[in-house]
Amino acid sequence: MEQLPPPQATARLQPLAAARLGAKTLLLTLNLDRIAWQPCNPAVGGPAKSQLVHEVDALGGEIGKIADRCYLQKRVLNASKGPAVWALRAQTDKLEYAATMRRVLEETPNLYIREGMVTSVEVDSNDEVCGVRTFFGITFACKAAVLTTGTFMNGQIWVGRQSMAAGRAGEAPSTGLTERLVELGFETDRLKTGTPARVDKRTVDFSGLEEQPGDDDVRWFSFDPAVHRPRQQLSCYLTHTTAETHRILRENLHETPVYGGWVDAKGPRYCPSIEDKIVRFADKESHQIFLEPEGRSTPELYVQGFSTGLPERLQLALLHSLPGLESCKMLRPAYAVEYDYLPAHQCYASLETKRVKGLFFSGQLNGTTGYEEAAAQGLVAGLNAARRAAGQEPVVLPRESSYIGTLMDDLVTKDLREPYRMLTSRSEYRLVLRSDNADRRLTPFGRQLGLVDDRRWQLYQDKQERIDAERARLEAIRVQPDHPLAVAAEAVSGQKVPAAASLADLLRRPHVHYPLLQRHGLGAPTLDFSAGSEGVPVGSSSSNGEAAADAAATTAAAPSAGSGGGEQPPAGEQQQAQVLQQGAQPQAAQPLATAEQEAVEIDIKYEGFIRRQAKQLQSVAAKHARRLPDDLDYRSIQTLSMEAREKLSKIRPRDIGQASRIGGVNPADISNLLVYLETRRRTSAAAGDSSAAQQAQRQLSRKAQRKAMVAAAMGEAQVSGSERGSDAEAAAAEEAAEAVAAA
Amino acid sequence: MPRGDLNALFPEDSSSSDEDEFGERGPSDKDTIVAIVSGAQQGAVSIIRLSGELAVHIAMMVFRPAGTEKLSSKEKADWWPESHRVYYGHAVDLMGDVMDEVLLMAMLKPRSYTAEDVVEIHTHGGGISAQRVLERLMEIGARLARPGEFTMRAFLNGRLDLSQAESVAQLIDARTVAAADSALAGLQGGLGREITAMRQECVDLLVELDARLDFDEDLPPLDVPALVERINQLTQRLEAALATGRQGQLLRTGLQVALVGRPNVGKSSLLNALSGTERAIVTDIAGTTRDIVEAGIVIGGIPITLLDTAGMRESVDLVEQIGVERSLAAAKQADIAVMVVDAEAGWTPADDDIFQQMFGSSSSSSSSSSAAGSDSDSGLGGGWGSGDGGAAASSKRGAAPALLVLNKSDLAAKQRQQQTDGKKAQTGSKKAAGAGRGKKAGKAAAAADATAADTAVAAAAAAAGVPPAAAARFAAVVETSATKRQGMDSLQDAVLQLADAPELARGGVAFAVNERQSEALINAREALQRLQLSIAAELPLDFWSIDLREAVLSLGEYDVRYLSDETALLLGSAVVGAYALQHLMAPHSAYETYWAPSQPYSAATTQYNGLGALSMAATTASVARLPGNRTAKKMLLKVTGASWLVFGLADLYYSRTGVNNNGGISAAINVSLGSYFLFKGFQPVADGKKSG
Repeated sequence: MEQLPPPQATARLQPLAAARLGAKTLLLTLNLDRIAWQPCNPAVGGPAKSQLVHEVDALGGEIGKIADRCYLQKRVLNASKGPAVWALRAQTDKLEYAATMRRVLEETPNLYIREGMVTSVEVDSNDEVCGVRTFFGITFACKAAVLTTGTFMNGQIWVGRQSMAAGRAGEAPSTGLTERLVELGFETDRLKTGTPARVDKRTVDFSGLEEQPGDDDVRWFSFDPAVHRPRQQLSCYLTHTTAETHRILRENLHETPVYGGWVDAKGPRYCPSIEDKIVRFADKESHQIFLEPEGRSTPELYVQGFSTGLPERLQLALLHSLPGLESCKMLRPAYAVEYDYLPAHQCYASLETKRVKGLFFSGQLNGTTGYEEAAAQGLVAGLNAARRAAGQEPVVLPRESSYIGTLMDDLVTKDLREPYRMLTSRSEYRLVLRSDNADRRLTPFGRQLGLVDDRRWQLYQDKQERIDAERARLEAIRVQPDHPLAVAAEAVSGQKVPAAASLADLLRRPHVHYPLLQRHGLGAPTLDFSAGSEGVPVGSSSSNGEAAADAAATTAAAPSAGSGGGEQPPAGEQQQAQVLQQGAQPQAAQPLATAEQEAVEIDIKYEGFIRRQAKQLQSVAAKHARRLPDDLDYRSIQTLSMEAREKLSKIRPRDIGQASRIGGVNPADISNLLVYLETRRRTSAAAGDSSAAQQAQRQLSRKAQRKAMVAAAMGEAQVSGSERGSDAEAAAAEEAAEAVAAA
Repeated sequence: MPRGDLNALFPEDSSSSDEDEFGERGPSDKDTIVAIVSGAQQGAVSIIRLSGELAVHIAMMVFRPAGTEKLSSKEKADWWPESHRVYYGHAVDLMGDVMDEVLLMAMLKPRSYTAEDVVEIHTHGGGISAQRVLERLMEIGARLARPGEFTMRAFLNGRLDLSQAESVAQLIDARTVAAADSALAGLQGGLGREITAMRQECVDLLVELDARLDFDEDLPPLDVPALVERINQLTQRLEAALATGRQGQLLRTGLQVALVGRPNVGKSSLLNALSGTERAIVTDIAGTTRDIVEAGIVIGGIPITLLDTAGMRESVDLVEQIGVERSLAAAKQADIAVMVVDAEAGWTPADDDIFQQMFGSSSSSSSSSSAAGSDSDSGLGGGWGSGDGGAAASSKRGAAPALLVLNKSDLAAKQRQQQTDGKKAQTGSKKAAGAGRGKKAGKAAAAADATAADTAVAAAAAAAGVPPAAAARFAAVVETSATKRQGMDSLQDAVLQLADAPELARGGVAFAVNERQSEALINAREALQRLQLSIAAELPLDFWSIDLREAVLSLGEYDVRYLSDETALLLGSAVVGAYALQHLMAPHSAYETYWAPSQPYSAATTQYNGLGALSMAATTASVARLPGNRTAKKMLLKVTGASWLVFGLADLYYSRTGVNNNGGISAAINVSLGSYFLFKGFQPVADGKKSG
C-alpha cells in the first residue's frame, strides 16, 4: 500500500510495479486530476535519460510506452557519437500523457486510487511502518509505504519577490509530513528548481526561426511493438537570446530570488536559469532557446532554456526580446519552486530507508530531477515495497548492471546537495549498458521478479532468437573479394577485404553498415511492426509483403546512395546467384526489425570494444564487490583521513565499490581501508572466529548474485528456469495489507 | 597504560581478547615481534628491535636504567621511557644479573617505523651479548620477527604504501649507490607522484570527452589534433617511466659479463685491469686459467660480475678440457659476452671456431642489443615476467649481445704503423651503431673522443682481419691494452651502452618501477595505443573513452588503489594537485568548472585565482624536488595554507554578498584546505622515518 501525492508524472510506476506484483496497492494523491501531469517540459528522454526509459521498459515499466503513445516529436541525439550514447528524446502531449497514464492506472488490478493529503507515517514499536494518516484523520494500515512527494513537501513558489505556498503553480503544497519525518529522525534539506514561461503559439512569428522537425525514421522507447504507432509529428523551433535580453537580465539581477539573496536553496547545476547562464558565461553573447509544443490540443509553447526567477512584470519584456517572440502573449509566467527533500544516503539501494523499515523514498524527494530518474526510482521502490509486503528479500540492481543501478548507487552513496540529473558520463560502462540491449540485460531479471508478463516474455524470446539466428547467418555467409558487396565495403572503409570474408567481417569494417548488406540483397528484410495489425509481429517465417516491398525499395535506392565512383552494383537476384555459386550456404534470412538489425550490427561491429569493457567491468566489479562489515567502526581506523572516517560513518557503504565512490574518500583511504580489512581478517582468522566464516559465506552469495547480474549485463545471461508466472507471485503477496478506513 | 600490572601480560589472566592472541596460537599481527636488526656482520654494536603493543613492557623487564639503583622499588616500577629519548643502562636476566651495558630508545606509536610502539636496544657487538638479550626478550613473550615483518607492519598500519614498502626492500638489498638512490626515490614517493600525474592527465582527457556526450550544445567543438597531441605526450611519459624499470632491474640484479677467447689473448689481464685487482693469475703460458674466475665490479652504478673463462682450445689435458666446456656454458649464460682477440695476431681460424661455438652462424642479424628492450611489448612483458633484465631476456632468445675486444692494441698499433699506413677503411662504420646511440642520448665531452675513436676502432677491426660477417655480430668493437690499462673506459662505456643504460652512468635515475608496477604501465600504454588506433579509424567519440578508462584503471593499479569516480581520483594527487582540489568536490570536474560561478568574480579575480594557484603549484613542485629540505617544505605548506585561507574568506564574502551562490561550499573547502596545510606546516616532523 502506498501513498503518493503526485510529484512527477511518471512516479506513477511504483504503484504499478507493486500492483503488478500482486500487492494490494493504494495510490493516494493530492489531486486526482493531476495524475501523470508534466509540470515542466513535457519531454521524455535525452542523453542517459533515454537509457533509463529503455531499462524501465525492459523491466515492465510504463514510461516508455506512454511516451511512445503520446509523442509529438521524436529525435535521436548524439547520433554520431557511438551507439552507447545515442539518445532518443520525445516531446509529448502533456494532456494526452496524463489522460493515458490515468487510464492505465485505473485499469490495473489490485490498484486503488484515492485523493488525500498524507501528513503522517505511522511507525510501530519495531521501527516498522504500519500505516499512513491523511490530513482529514483517516489512517490506512499497510506493511510498506512509498513516499514520492516531488516538489510538494512544504513547497514554496517564487515569481520575483512574490511567493506563495504551493507544490506547483495553482496546487496546494503538502504540509506536516516533513515535520513528522524529522520527528522520526530523518535529515531534510531544501532544493530549488524552476520552469520557464509558456507562450501562446498563435502569437509567435515562426517565419524567421530555424525549424527542428522530428526524425523521419521514428525510434521507440518501448521494446513492446504494440505501442509502435507512428504519428504526425510537430516541429520545434530554435531562437536565441539577444543583447537586449542580456541587458534586461543584468540590470535586474537583484530582482531574482537567487541573486537578490532571498532564496538560497540549491538549484540544478545542469539545468540553470537564464540569469545563471548569463552570469556564468558572461562572455557568451547568445544562448540557444528552444520553442517546444506542449500538445496537439493546446496552443501552449514551452520556452526551453529560459527559466527565470524574475518578477512577472519583467518576464514579458524579456520574452519580447527574443527573435520571433516580439509580440507574443504569455500564458503562464515562469516560476521557481523550493521544496523539502531527504538526502538519499538515508536509504539503501532498494530505496528503503535505513531508519524505518517498510518506508521507501522515491523521486524528487531523494533529490533528483527529471521524470526518467523518478520513473526508475519508482520502479525500484514499488518493486521492493511489494516484496517487503510479501515478506521477500529486497532486490538491488548493481551499479554495473544498468543506468538504474548506477542511479541508485549514486543516490545512496553520494551526499547530494543539489538536484541530481542522470548523465551519460555517470556510467563507467556505457558500451555494455546500451539502449538496444536493455531488454537483454534486464528482461530476464524482470521476468524472474514477476514484472514481465507472458506476452512480453514471448516477444522478448522471439526477438533474441531472431537476433541470434541473424548473427549466425552473418558469420556463416562468405563473399569473395570480387563480389559487389565486398567491392563496395572496400570503397567505403578504405580497407582491403580478405578472401572469403564473412558478412560479419565486412560489418566490422569502419563505415560499413547493415543497410549496405540489404542493398546488395544480403541483409535480412525489414520487419515492420507498426504496419502490422494490432502490433503482432507479422509472419516472421513466411515472406511478408511489406518487408519484401521494403527490401525492394532499399535495393532500388542503392545506386543513388551508392559508394561513389565505383561500379554500379548489379541487381539483387544476380548477387544472390553469385553467392550461391561461390559455394556459400546462405540460410534464409528472416525478417528483422530495424532496431534488431542495428543490435546485430553493433554487437558484431564493436565486439572487441564490448568484450574489453565487459572485462573491465568484471574486474572492477570483482574488486568492488568486497563487502564491508556492518559493524565496522570507521572512526577508530587511524589510517583513514578524518574526512573519510566521517563520511564512511555517515553513509556506511555496502562494499568497497560504494566506499570508493563517496566524495571525500580518496584512493589512499580505500587502500588503507583494504589493508585494515586484511589485518582484521588475519586477526579473526587467527582467533578462529566462526562468524568471519559466516560473513565470508554471505559475501560469497552476494558475490554470486552480483556476478549473475554482471553476466546479464554482458548479454550472456541464460534465462534461468524460473518460469514462475506472475500468478504465483501474486498468491505469495496475498497478505498485502488491507486498507482500514476509520469511519 | 604505560605502567601496567606485568602479570597482565601473561596468558593465564585471559581477561581481554588482546591477551588471547598473545598465547600459543602461532604468529599473528598482534604479537610483539623482536629481531636483531643490525645484520649478521660483526660490528661494534648490535641493535635489537621490538615492535608491538607490549614492546615497552617487555623491554622494561630486561632494561635497568642507570642511576636508578638507589631508588625505591616503587619508584623503579614507575620508571618509564619517554618517546624518542636515548637511555643508558643495563640489560639484566631473570635473576637480575647484568648481561650487557646497553642503550635503549623507545619510539611510541604512531611516530615509529611500524607505527606501533617500537623499542630499540643497542648492545655490544660480537653476537653473544645481543643473542643473550634477544633470547631473554623471547622468553618474556616477544616472538622472533619473520624476514620483512617490520616493514610489513609499517605497510599494514598505513605508515608506508606498497610501493614504499617495496622500495625499503630494494634499499636494503641495494648493491650500488645508484641502486640505493633509486630505491630512496621510490620510498619518497617520486614514482607515485609521476603516475598520479599521468593518471590525472588521463582523467582530464576522459572528462573532456565525456563532457561532449552530455553537454554538446554548450561546449566548444572538440579539438582533436590537440587531443591526439596530449595522448602522444602521455604515451611518451609512460615510455619514460617504463624505461626506468629496465634500469631498476639492472640496478637490482646487475649483469654477468663473460670474457671469452683463445688462450693467452689477455682475458685474465683484462679482468684484472677492469677490476683493479690481481684476481686472476696472469702468465705467458697458454691455458693458465683453467676454471672460471669471478670478479665483482661496478660500472656506472650497475653491479657487474665479470667472468674470466678458460681459453678455448682443443686440449688433451682432461682438467683443461673440463674447464673449457664449463667456460663455454658459462659464457652462453652470461648477459653480455665479450670476445677477446689478440690484435697483434689478428682474427685466426681458432677465433673463428670459438665464434661459431659461441654465436652459431655468423650471419645472424646485428644490433640484437637494441632490439632487446626498445620496442615490442612481448619482449618487455616477457622480460619482466621472467624476472630478468632486458639484456638477459634477449640472451634467453639465444643471442647474448656481444662485444669484440681487440686486446694488445699497443703492440698491434706498432705493427700497423709499419704495414698499412693511411689505409682508411669506411667499411666497418656500421659497427659503431651501438656506440652511436650514446651520442644521441646526449653524451658530452667523452663522447666526442669516442666518436673519433670509433672510426679508428672500426679500421682496427678491419685491419685485424675480422671477417665482416663475424664483425656484424658484435655491437661494438673496442681496442684495449690490458697490460697498459688502456681502453678500459671505452670498454665500460660499451658495456653500459649494451645494457641500454647510458643514463645510469650519470646517476640520472630518479626512481625505477618494479615488475608489478611496470605491468600496470604496460597495460596503460597498450590502452593508449589502442586509443590512437580508434582515433585514426575515425571511430565514434564514445569508443575513445573505453581505452582511456582502461588506462586510468591500469595506472590505478600501480598501487593498491582502485578506480572510483573522478572525484576520488583527483583527490588522490596531493601536493601538485592543490589547485585541482578546488574543482573536485563535486562529481565531474570539467562540468563543474564549466558551470562554476566564476564569472561574477570578474575576469581579474579569476586570473588572480588562477595565477595564485599556478604559482603555488609551481613553487610546491619545485620545492618538493629538493630532497630532504623539510624546512622549506614546511614553509611552503604554511604559505599555501595561508593563501587558501584568504581564498576561503574571499569566497565567504562573495557568498554573503550573493555574487556567488556556491560561495559557501568553496569557502568551506578553501578554509579547510588552508587549515589543513597550515596544520601540516606547523606539525612537528615525524622522527620514525629514518629507521630502516
